[in-house]
Amino acid sequence: MQALLAEYLPILLFLGIAVGLALVMILVSIIAAKQRPEAEKLSPYECGFEPFDDSRKQFDVRFYLVAILFIIFDLEVAFLFPWAVTLGEIGVVGFWSMMVFLGVLTVGFIYEWKKGALEWE
Amino acid sequence: MIADIALALPEIFLAVAAMVLLVFGVYAGEKSTRFVATAAIVALAAAIVLVLGRQAATGFGGMFVVDAFGSFAKILILVGTGLAIAMSLGYLRDQGIERFEFPVLLMLSTIGMMIMVSAGDLIALYLGLELQSLAIYVCAAFKRDSTRSTEAGLKYFVLGALSSGMLLYGASLVYGFAGTTSFAGLAQVLQGGGTPIGVLVGLVFIAAGIAFKCSAAPFHMWTPDVYEGAPTPVTSFMAAAPKVAAIALFMRVFLVPFGGMVEEWRQIIVVIAVLSMVLGAFAAIGQSNIKRLMAYSSIGHVGYALIGLAAANQEGVRGVLIYLAIYLAMNVGTFGVILCMRRATGYSEEISDLAGLARTRPGLAAAMAVFMFSLAGVPPLAGFFGKFYVFMAAVNAGLYVLAVIGVVTSVVGAYYYLRIVKLMYFDAPAEPFAANTDRGVGVVTVAAGLFTLFFFVYPAPIVAGAQIAARALLP
Repeated sequence: MQALLAEYLPILLFLGIAVGLALVMILVSIIAAKQRPEAEKLSPYECGFEPFDDSRKQFDVRFYLVAILFIIFDLEVAFLFPWAVTLGEIGVVGFWSMMVFLGVLTVGFIYEWKKGALEWE
Repeated sequence: MIADIALALPEIFLAVAAMVLLVFGVYAGEKSTRFVATAAIVALAAAIVLVLGRQAATGFGGMFVVDAFGSFAKILILVGTGLAIAMSLGYLRDQGIERFEFPVLLMLSTIGMMIMVSAGDLIALYLGLELQSLAIYVCAAFKRDSTRSTEAGLKYFVLGALSSGMLLYGASLVYGFAGTTSFAGLAQVLQGGGTPIGVLVGLVFIAAGIAFKCSAAPFHMWTPDVYEGAPTPVTSFMAAAPKVAAIALFMRVFLVPFGGMVEEWRQIIVVIAVLSMVLGAFAAIGQSNIKRLMAYSSIGHVGYALIGLAAANQEGVRGVLIYLAIYLAMNVGTFGVILCMRRATGYSEEISDLAGLARTRPGLAAAMAVFMFSLAGVPPLAGFFGKFYVFMAAVNAGLYVLAVIGVVTSVVGAYYYLRIVKLMYFDAPAEPFAANTDRGVGVVTVAAGLFTLFFFVYPAPIVAGAQIAARALLP
């Protein structure tokens, strides 16, 4: 049990540093910067929307499209990291499996580009 | 690795063909639809040749199984998809949704189905199932400007996601209690009896997930709405190939990894089969929309097919495979006739519009009558033999009650099939339909009609093929 917990020590240290760093940044900006609050500055920032509103409000469907396209390529990166780390062990088969996967994604990318899904206007 | 790739060559070939056609279509624009569809049919035909050339083997570390059973199901699936594409073009053009994505989506769905029936592992099973389903969700909503079509797509998507969730939950329980996801491994673990309760619970969830995909009661709620809302060629596709794939998957999962638990799962299958048959027989009576009627009819037919699975022996598997082949032909043909229900004002889906069809369009009425008699199971049409083989298997396995319920519900079901025949031949004619100008629909309907009509003359190839396939699944 002790050995298991010891393995997580770096994560605990990382958490501590992260919390500390965040606190330092907030405190320094409170102490050092001039404070001139106004409504827009204090409200949480959300791209393109009013931050607080009825969830049934209409919104531009293009946001949705962009979000979906983002998720595909986001996941691609999520697959690429472990693949890159273990490339030495998975060998030629592993390498070409990922190449095929990227090839399939590229076909999708060509399709969406040509279809105009990436143009805002 | 090379051997593995050679084993999955039909699937890989189709996947490459689908992607090539996708890129070709997007560069050539909407006018390429006809070419893309023709190329897709050629690719599907080539895939049949490749399937026939495979030797039985296991590849990708047990994930992928090629055997006669899978090949038989794959050929049915490929034929079903090819016929659906051939019938779709005229309708898509008339509705202004002639897009090259349609054949490509059907091809992708077909690859998913082929992986499903070749799955040798719960993970491969899920991947195939999702590829199949995702493509069909999009197809169901293919007529984007129609509220009913988008509603059908959304409904199917939400309920389909729920059923996939149940299936995954069941798979995770099975993995947790049995320690493996491979079918061969599961069969070994579960061989000796004394099944852990967790595996049993997982099995129930897996059964629910697959029953949803083949629209067996009580997991059928989505079927009538989706069948009605989706564009007719999509409905004709959904009622044929995916059903074959889902029932073939049902058989592989229940007879191979869980083959040692027959006594436990048989009661589930019996309940599902009885509910489907009864619901299919009674709920269809009140329908006025022909696509809704076909939805309930398909629920009933899934019930009949599952009788063969409940028998859980070689004879039962053979019966189900013969049933699926015949069902595919009857169903494609009926939808061919539905696609001919067209007037200058647009497509009709009302059963009452078929009134007096024998006087205005005698050929079309005769074709519809053949399909209706066959769906009802009247000898000597093909539908009778489908039912005959599964009922025989049930009787020989001692499932007398199930067989009797099957016979009784097919008599009840005959009422609404024969009502359509009566409407066409004895009622005053409704406004006549426009002449069919689409060659694809005409050829497919006539071919399906001839198959249904003359199956009894030379049933040997299909019966023998199903026999070999059943022996491969249950040696």
